[in-house]
Amino acid sequence: MKLKITGITFKYASEPILKNVTMELGKREILGLIGPNGAGKSTLIKCIDKILKPLGGSILLDGQEIRKMTRREIAKHIGYVPQTSSGCFPATVFDTVLMGRYPRTGWGSSDRDIEKVAEVMELLKIERFALRNFNTLSGGEKQKVMLARALAQEPKVLLLDEPTSNLDIKHQLEVMEVIRDIVRYKGISAVVAIHDLNLAARYADKLVMLHKGGIFAGGYPESVLTYENIKKIYGVEAEVKKGPYGLYVLPLKPASYSAVMENRVFTSVE
Amino acid sequence: MLCKQLDSYMGGIRCLALMIKGGATAVGSESVSKTVLKEQYTKFIGKKILFIVVLVIFLILLMGFAATLGSASITMKEVYIAILRRLLPNFAISKPLEAELSDIIVWRLRLPRIMLGVTAGMGLATAGTVMQAILRNPLASPFTLGIASAASFGATLAIILGIGFGFAGGTLVVANAFIFTMLASIIIFTLANYKGATPGMMILIGIALSFTFSASTSLLQFFGDPEEVAGVVFWMFGCLGRASWSNVTVISLVLLICMSYLIWKSKEFNVLNAGDETAKSLGVNVEQLRLVSMLVASFVTAVIICFTGIIGFIGLVCPHICRMLIGGDNRFLLPASCLLGAVVLLGADTVARTIISPVIIPVGIMTSFFGGPLFFYLLMRKREEYW
Repeated sequence: MKLKITGITFKYASEPILKNVTMELGKREILGLIGPNGAGKSTLIKCIDKILKPLGGSILLDGQEIRKMTRREIAKHIGYVPQTSSGCFPATVFDTVLMGRYPRTGWGSSDRDIEKVAEVMELLKIERFALRNFNTLSGGEKQKVMLARALAQEPKVLLLDEPTSNLDIKHQLEVMEVIRDIVRYKGISAVVAIHDLNLAARYADKLVMLHKGGIFAGGYPESVLTYENIKKIYGVEAEVKKGPYGLYVLPLKPASYSAVMENRVFTSVE
Repeated sequence: MLCKQLDSYMGGIRCLALMIKGGATAVGSESVSKTVLKEQYTKFIGKKILFIVVLVIFLILLMGFAATLGSASITMKEVYIAILRRLLPNFAISKPLEAELSDIIVWRLRLPRIMLGVTAGMGLATAGTVMQAILRNPLASPFTLGIASAASFGATLAIILGIGFGFAGGTLVVANAFIFTMLASIIIFTLANYKGATPGMMILIGIALSFTFSASTSLLQFFGDPEEVAGVVFWMFGCLGRASWSNVTVISLVLLICMSYLIWKSKEFNVLNAGDETAKSLGVNVEQLRLVSMLVASFVTAVIICFTGIIGFIGLVCPHICRMLIGGDNRFLLPASCLLGAVVLLGADTVARTIISPVIIPVGIMTSFFGGPLFFYLLMRKREEYW
């Protein structure tokens, strides 16, 4: 499965959010989307899944134009994991994961669906709370359930919108490991929007750095995560080092720190 | 599609049989393997089916009991015999003369009212379940989107000014209530379609409509004669007194068609509960589902309340009671809530027409009067967080 995105543009009420974004993703690859808040990471992910309709450009999934596919067809190929979610009414974890079978089966749930759901729940080790109410789970548990739901779709591309943003470090690592293993063993691809630069450097094969809706830099982590890029895009001075487990980024201070301080002192004296 | 639907229910019934035979074992919490997990889930489904079966049996008994009450007393056995005699032509147990009497009492006097109660309860509870699902709002009911106010305005127009669609007399009120209800839904449909069919947008449009129609109704009442105003107030109470086989037939047909559509879409309602974006990513055409289901639910409501007047509460509370008891899976929630609606409305009406007989209290008053405290009780009793 190959995902090819060419010249995607999107606007919210005449405010451009994405400008001419172009990228490619191959099989068994994890693409990390990084960039500060409001850079357009979530918007790009939603455009790929046709949750939002881009104004221009094309998204090809193995040569097939996504715009021309029905939602149901897309759902058979692409699994989307939202940032957070809670239902208005109670639903059990099992039923929540079972939703992932909807694009493939429709009304009833066959033995195959139940089997598949049980399988992904076992894979993510969430079978313990199968009949608990999804809304009562912790952030990390919810994230795994939503990942399980996406996997139950048997997708070829996984889209994850900041899967680690609400999690403690153990859950962050667990979720990222699971994503990497699934991508490797099932031969699928994943696009992961992620805030944590260290996790991005460690788990993504390629990175795309977004800035104000456009691509600022793209390629292997070493070429994207540089002192200059981080300073320019995040406004932060950081130390980037290569260690035994890959790159790591140590943020030091905001690049404009002294200016802010002077202002504050000035106004308080007044 | 229908086959799959049946198949799933049959699967549930099979495991229900297993449950009764083997007795339900306690659900283990530690290290659940895949097979145990699947077993757990089938048991979970079995309980839901059991609840629906119990409701069906209870409803049939309640209908029989309700038919025995009234000025001429007959037994439940006679009621069922009278019913079966018409349904099965070869069925003859009792003597012809007695049978003829009970036949008249049951079929001509009591069954129309009972059937109106059953079908109206079913329709209102179904509409409520659907409204709550598509608006993702526990406060939604068939009347959330200004439907009750629109119907009241239509009826008031007919009662006070004597103008409207349809023929003179009783049908004028019925036709007017129906047409204004559908008008309100079409306004919501059009505006929401234009502005984006999000739950918040639809509820706000509904509230705006509701106020507009209520104000118009009040204005008409202000200029109306006391007698006419009393007529309007009585219409708004909601009662089953205008029951006849013809309106029961109309409601039943509408219910049959709309229920089939809604149950067919019930899995999409489940997916919708996870939020619009997730539902879209899972292949549901969210806006279309929301708008069409809203029209269908409004249509069911309109067909019912134009004959009965406003009967509140059932559409709001039956879905909640069922959700507390069997969970939120709409494939089972819809039929369960529908049956409970029938039980509650018929039960309330049975009390309403016997408690201070021969005075018949309008059932719309009774449902809220007894339903309110019951709902309080259920809300307080529920230990687990409900939503």
